[in-house]
Amino acid sequence: MKYKGKVHKFGAHIDTDAIIPARFLVTTDPKELGKHCMAGLDPNWIQRVEPGDFIVAGPNFGCGSSREHAPLAILGAGISLVIAHSFARIFYRNGFNMGLPLVEVGNIYEEIDEGDELEVDLECGVLKNLTKKKDYNIPKLPDFMVNLLKIGGLINYVQNKIKGQNR
Amino acid sequence: MGKGLVSKILQRHTAAEIKEPGEIIQCKVSKVLANDITAPLAIKSFEKMEAKEVFDREKVILVCDHFTPNKDIDSAEQVKFVREFAKRMGIVHYFEGGDVGVEHALLPELGLVQPFDVVVGADSHTCTYGGIGAFATGLGSTDIAAAMALGETWFKVPQTIYVELSGELPPYVQGKDIILNLIGKIGVDGALYKALEFGGDTLKYLNAEMRMTIANMAIEAGAKAGLFPVDEITKEYMKQRDIEVSESLYPDEDAQYEKVVKIDVASLSPQVALPHLPENVKPVEKVKNVKVDQVVIGSCTNGRITDLRQAAEILKGNKVKKGVRLIILPATPNIYKQALKEGLIEIFLEAGAVVGPPTCGPCLGGHMGILASGEVAISTTNRNFKGRMGSLESFVYLSNPWVAAASAVAGEIIHPKEIMERKK
Repeated sequence: MKYKGKVHKFGAHIDTDAIIPARFLVTTDPKELGKHCMAGLDPNWIQRVEPGDFIVAGPNFGCGSSREHAPLAILGAGISLVIAHSFARIFYRNGFNMGLPLVEVGNIYEEIDEGDELEVDLECGVLKNLTKKKDYNIPKLPDFMVNLLKIGGLINYVQNKIKGQNR
Repeated sequence: MGKGLVSKILQRHTAAEIKEPGEIIQCKVSKVLANDITAPLAIKSFEKMEAKEVFDREKVILVCDHFTPNKDIDSAEQVKFVREFAKRMGIVHYFEGGDVGVEHALLPELGLVQPFDVVVGADSHTCTYGGIGAFATGLGSTDIAAAMALGETWFKVPQTIYVELSGELPPYVQGKDIILNLIGKIGVDGALYKALEFGGDTLKYLNAEMRMTIANMAIEAGAKAGLFPVDEITKEYMKQRDIEVSESLYPDEDAQYEKVVKIDVASLSPQVALPHLPENVKPVEKVKNVKVDQVVIGSCTNGRITDLRQAAEILKGNKVKKGVRLIILPATPNIYKQALKEGLIEIFLEAGAVVGPPTCGPCLGGHMGILASGEVAISTTNRNFKGRMGSLESFVYLSNPWVAAASAVAGEIIHPKEIMERKK
């Protein structure tokens, strides 16, 4: 699972009201939500995003509410991967459940700047900063999360389980 | 190795033997909850999972409380979608209209969540029920859809931070001030991926409602749960709901904690969180010259009868300062009725407050009190993120109901004792 993209850099404690303000929670459509992604910080941000771009942020990304609309809005905006110092725990679960890969890198995030080109290999645990020509080892995902991603997220996981029960 | 409250409760709901934090366990859930914002997504995921029915019609609870009474056509459509699902599934506990209250005030009040339960809700403030000794945590909608279908979910057993509270409550200090003080100390990610457990001699001065206020904001420190023991105060609260709880729950004496944080409650003054994070906490005396345009008293944090009584103490015989909007939202219909019976609603109206229906409304910038640019609010709610209550250029301060009510009278953020002294 390799990803390549350009960085949009954010600070610490980016909350879910920043990612998708509550007034936009009257739909569950990722495309529609994506139009307002990060509107709680900068309503024009979305215009600078190209498909496949990365978000890189500081500690506690996704703190606040449990709204799954937050990872959906990020996916809807075309972001392929989020790298952060750390993630708020509900957001972390939601991201994987929705098929949005999240990478926890601790202080490495400080060495990444707006506009940098990155390449991430989730299975090998490698992050390459192509702009700065610097490589980093990053933690591999827990087995449970890898399995979840491999079967395509939580919806498929439960679907399989229900089919198993009915057999 | 001794066990804390988290392991003790989770162990009752899992076949795995919990040895230490970090393990991933499959866990049966006692109740599964969603609201008018999160249920539509959960239902869509539930359908994509090809689930045909919920695991238990009495254990899946749907509460339409966030944008209700429906604020616009889109929110009305969302509620309609949830209502139709509830009907199709035969959901017993579906709440809307005159039945509805703010979910985390409503469920404990009706005895729908109980000590020793494991509760998951598609709402981050589900952790409120830790106040009555339930392991309760917020999840996203698809996790909730899975729990609705299977009656189980997975958890990573969290490390625990023990919070030792000592001393009696000083005047005008309640649960809100304790939790704000804690968040100020450890930060909004101070308990990230961890649980908070509360103990110490202050517990005997904290009623179940104040404990729920504290547990409610555990998430504001990043915590997975905020847990209180099950003691005589918990049992009495449940008894008022015709539920007998015979067993107590305390941590083992040799329980292992990741760290211990001590709070000298007796020395606290009322606390205020300044914009734009709940960790920007100062004692109210140090918040000077902050004029307010709006005051909100309500929410799953501080909209219970204890809170309304505190607000009424200040507002009785006083008037809201001209130009200030005081909005009071009793959190449930029963709280509203009780406040009416005790004469609190009349006190509020005489003071010049707007008394609205039970709803989350302004807390999340939904409706019923949205801020314009440049406006300042003090609120008994739980989050003061940028733009949380409206404009990105508005400002939200968080406090307890005494401080909020006093600030409505003064037109600026003020210690409640100053208003009470003026009264004399």
